[in-house]
Amino acid sequence: MMRKISFDKIRKEIESLCLSAAFDLPDDVENAIRKALKSENTERGRAFLKQYLENAELARNERLPICQDTGVAVFFVELGQDAAIEGGLLADAISSGVNDGYKAGFLRMSIVSDPLFERKNTKTNTPPVIHLKLVPGDKLKIILAPKGGGSENMSSLAMLKPSDGRKGVVDFAVNTVIKAGGNPCPPTIVGIGIGGNFEMAALLAKTALLRNVGIPNPDSHYAELEEEILQKINSSGVGPQGLGGSVTSFAVHIEIMPCHIASLPVAVNLNCHAARHKEIII
Amino acid sequence: MTELNINTPLTEDTVRKLSAGDMVKISGIVYTARDAAHKRLCTLIDEGKELPLDLRGQVIYFVGPTPPPPGRPAGSAGPTTSCRMDAYSPILIRRAGLMGMIGKGERSQEVIDAMTEGPCVYFAAAGGAGALLGKCVTASKLVCYEDLGAEAVRKFTVKDFPAVVAIDCHGGNLYKR
Repeated sequence: MMRKISFDKIRKEIESLCLSAAFDLPDDVENAIRKALKSENTERGRAFLKQYLENAELARNERLPICQDTGVAVFFVELGQDAAIEGGLLADAISSGVNDGYKAGFLRMSIVSDPLFERKNTKTNTPPVIHLKLVPGDKLKIILAPKGGGSENMSSLAMLKPSDGRKGVVDFAVNTVIKAGGNPCPPTIVGIGIGGNFEMAALLAKTALLRNVGIPNPDSHYAELEEEILQKINSSGVGPQGLGGSVTSFAVHIEIMPCHIASLPVAVNLNCHAARHKEIII
Repeated sequence: MTELNINTPLTEDTVRKLSAGDMVKISGIVYTARDAAHKRLCTLIDEGKELPLDLRGQVIYFVGPTPPPPGRPAGSAGPTTSCRMDAYSPILIRRAGLMGMIGKGERSQEVIDAMTEGPCVYFAAAGGAGALLGKCVTASKLVCYEDLGAEAVRKFTVKDFPAVVAIDCHGGNLYKR
């Protein structure tokens, strides 16, 4: 027996999800900023971290976007195989909810229709990016992680040789963060995808950003690697906003997948300190 | 760490007194513009045409704010990545008299050279603190390029807008480590 979920219900849930994602900084991110305030060794760096906390409070209380870049609406959707959408397509319900939410919340429309030539704003903040996975059960789980351009632009992917090994991964990740400097609004969260193939590595890196800040990879080898990369990044001196300091990243999160015998794909997806993510289960 | 209150538009004297690392509170006029507006302004300069605004002594804030909610002059308004304006800033400094820029992240050597000649100063503001920075905007008026939406040029009046002198006109540069 299929459980029915209505198009309209999804559309409305997405609308309110867009607003809470834009206005309410998640607790795990706010806690990471508080923790960084204790360890940051420059006065200037601490001044910026204090501004981020003030900003989060103001945004939450006055229902203002945390950042003016309210981003590409990126969705991770898990649809139970025993659930059916009634009254329209799932992707249309999500798009429609994004359009309504971004209008209702006075969020910035940041999508252009043609990427190269015309670059005309669609004025609806659609289309969103939707990653759909079929899972057991009859529920619909939706995570929205709006992603700003500043941090996305500094992300990178490398098809390493298997012989590059651990050092190759560490160097690539650390250099990506150092090269990014102040552009991705550090302190950042560093999502790293290792394995899979060309496109899966990038998706793994993005998925890694959904983990609560600072929760280590369950595999101790990868947890150690996360720690090593984080230490190297934070000893670089890039600091908050790239203006010098000891906290360049809050955390490094690694996600892995099996890969081809000839390959070692590595992707690094950076997220700014205004790392927004909200989820609902219908 | 020095903390200074500065007023805009800027004078050559003010610009020369600022050093990388100074914490400032900016009050006065700043014009918003991102790459799309910069491209149009520089095209006009190239064609020898008049600009829709006089940039002499002025500050450009690299920002694409959210639409203002009812009753507010501006929505969230934090800085965008400045390097996207690197191709255009030297033209505005040398040929239009621009004296200040607010953004985030490093600038190219070409921009830094033009800033030394200018003179011109580059301030970094807290990227990702759009709600807080938007609250410093006390008035907003559309100047031109309305069709660009969030990327249109607006005249912002700001009060006590917090920033850091990231690159000064004497070659001082906080991004150099």
